[in-house]
Amino acid sequence: MRDILPEIERWISEGEEIALATVVRTIGSSPRPLGAKMAVTRSGRMAGSVSGGCVEGAVFEVALEVLETGQPRLVRYGISDEQAWDVGLSCGGTIDVFVEPLVRKA
Amino acid sequence: MSGEVFSALRQALHEEEAVVCATVIRGEPLGAKLLVFEHGRTVGSLGSEELEAAVLSDAERLLQSGEAETRTYRLSDGREVEVFLEAHLPPRHLVVIGAVHIAIPLVAMAKELGYRTTVIDARAFFATRERFPHADHLIVAWPDEALTQIKITPQTDIVILAHDEKFEDPALHVALRSRAGYIGAIGSRKTSQQRVDRLRRAGFTDEDLRRIHAPIGIDIGAKTPQEIALSILAEIIAVRRGRYSPQPRPAKSSVAVISGKGS
Repeated sequence: MRDILPEIERWISEGEEIALATVVRTIGSSPRPLGAKMAVTRSGRMAGSVSGGCVEGAVFEVALEVLETGQPRLVRYGISDEQAWDVGLSCGGTIDVFVEPLVRKA
Repeated sequence: MSGEVFSALRQALHEEEAVVCATVIRGEPLGAKLLVFEHGRTVGSLGSEELEAAVLSDAERLLQSGEAETRTYRLSDGREVEVFLEAHLPPRHLVVIGAVHIAIPLVAMAKELGYRTTVIDARAFFATRERFPHADHLIVAWPDEALTQIKITPQTDIVILAHDEKFEDPALHVALRSRAGYIGAIGSRKTSQQRVDRLRRAGFTDEDLRRIHAPIGIDIGAKTPQEIALSILAEIIAVRRGRYSPQPRPAKSSVAVISGKGS
C-alpha cells in the first residue's frame, strides 16, 4: 500500500475513481507476496502489480467492472484456469485477488 | 472501502503508525473493513461483534510480526466468513554506528530496500552529508548519547561498524538494553570474542550476548565494502524472516606445505 500511496493520492486530487486489487492468497509459487497491490482508475491509469505482469490485464478489466457496479469481487487466477493461455501464471501457481472500489462517485 | 476507514489508513501510513487492516473477502458484508491499531483501538466495522473480537486477537499478533494472512472464521450462527488481514508497519530503521567506509554503500543499499537510515559518529569529518547523501539522519555525537535520542523498537536494526572499543562498547550497552530487532558488530572472530568477554565482565548475560551478530554478515566471501554491505543486509533480512542460522566459517588461512628437498 505504501508503495502506491503517492499515485493514489495524486489521482484522488485529480478527481479519479479508483479500484484497488490485492493478492489475498497464494497457492504454490507466485511472483508477488500476499498483500501486493495494484490500483486502477476508471480513466485507465494503473500503479503497482499483483503478479509481475501475468494477470494484470485481466485484473484491470475486473477493476473497471467493480467501479461500475460498486461491488467488490474475489477472483482466482492460475495455470489450471480455463483462460490459462490468456491470463495464466507462467510460474504455475494460483493467486486469489480481491478487487474493491476505493474511491467511487455516487 | 469507506471514506472513514481509508482516511484513517492514509493517516496511519503517513504518520508511520502500525496498523492491521482486516477485510471481509468472502461472505457478508463483503468488503467490510476494520483497522486495528496498537492498544486495541479500532476504526470501521465487520458487521458482527463476534467476528470483530476474533479478528482483533489475530490482528494483535500481526501487529508484532508484520505479516499478512487470510483466515476463515466460523460464526456461532453457522456462517463462514473469510477475512484478509494485513499489517502495515512503519519502515524498518537501520542505525549505523561508525560513519566508516563500509557504512557508505550500506546506507545506500538499505535505502533501496526501503529502510529509514541513521548514521552516528562522534567525528564530524566522518559523518558528513557529502559522504552520506542517502542517509535520512546524520548524528554527530557519541554513540550511546545518540542512541538515547532515537526511539529503538523491534523495527530497529543496529549495525556497529565503529571498530574501536571506546565507541562500540557504550553503543552495545544501549543496544543490548533495547528491544532492537537486530544487533550486529564488525570485527574478526578474535575481536568479537574479546568484545564478548568485556561485555560479560560488564554484567551482560549469555542470553544478551547471543543477540550480537559477530562477525557481522552472512558468509558470502565478501571482500569489497559493497559486498560486505550486501552480506550485512542479507543477514538482517534472514533474521527478520526467521531464516537465520549461523554458519561455521572456514579459517581464512592455513599453512602451505612445500614439498622439496630438506636442507
